[in-house]
Amino acid sequence: MPLTDSLRDDILASVPSLRAFAISLSGNGDRADDLVQETLLRALANIDSFQPGSNLPAWLFTILRNLFRSDYRKRRREVEDADGSYAKTLKTQPAQSAHLEFEEFRAALEKLPQDQREALILVGASGFSYEDAAAICGCAVGTIKSRVNRARSKLSALLYVDGAEDFGPDETVRAVIGGSGG
Amino acid sequence: MKDAKSQAGKPGKQGALNAEIQSRIGHQLRAMYDDVVRQGVPDRFAELIRKLDTSAPPPQVEDAGDTNDGRE
Repeated sequence: MPLTDSLRDDILASVPSLRAFAISLSGNGDRADDLVQETLLRALANIDSFQPGSNLPAWLFTILRNLFRSDYRKRRREVEDADGSYAKTLKTQPAQSAHLEFEEFRAALEKLPQDQREALILVGASGFSYEDAAAICGCAVGTIKSRVNRARSKLSALLYVDGAEDFGPDETVRAVIGGSGG
Repeated sequence: MKDAKSQAGKPGKQGALNAEIQSRIGHQLRAMYDDVVRQGVPDRFAELIRKLDTSAPPPQVEDAGDTNDGRE
């Protein structure tokens, strides 16, 4: 369809979540914004192939993911986020202890295989259905489900469990256990 | 008060602990993501889309009758 005002507004409205997705995928703020820029250019150049009434965010996320994939293949993880350039993209720094926890979480997320990481982010953070996430990743719904499950258990192992029997009266653990229970 | 050690030792409580951890992970994931979402649209992207928009023909002028001349 042609680029109408409302379509343009919708694309613009997707930019914040596209950035969040790009940063979660790449772990690097600058590279993420380049990805988003390339995604927007490609989307606008191919706007005729967008089906009116279909899921615009899913369409844009698909473009971004494919760009990230081809870019990733080229770079072969040569650039790692050495010292938290992700955190630098945040305007508000979390409080000290929360910040530490946040860094640990981010580091654990980066240890996940790419397939699992993107599935977890799409479903757990972007709020896509399993069906949409499957369409974005070009795989079966069951595959997405199992990737999300594996991502969750791996994160849980990396972050909280070095064998649950090791759980002791440690503050982090208390926070985990008592955290949302109240 | 909850005792982490004894809880983790019993298989029955393992599930509850797991659920806590999973909800914690979900919470952190969204917090991380939403931190970026809340930054809104950086000028760079607003600018980009605006520029591309002005270089395209305005959509309102499409009432000139025969627009399907096979250009696209």
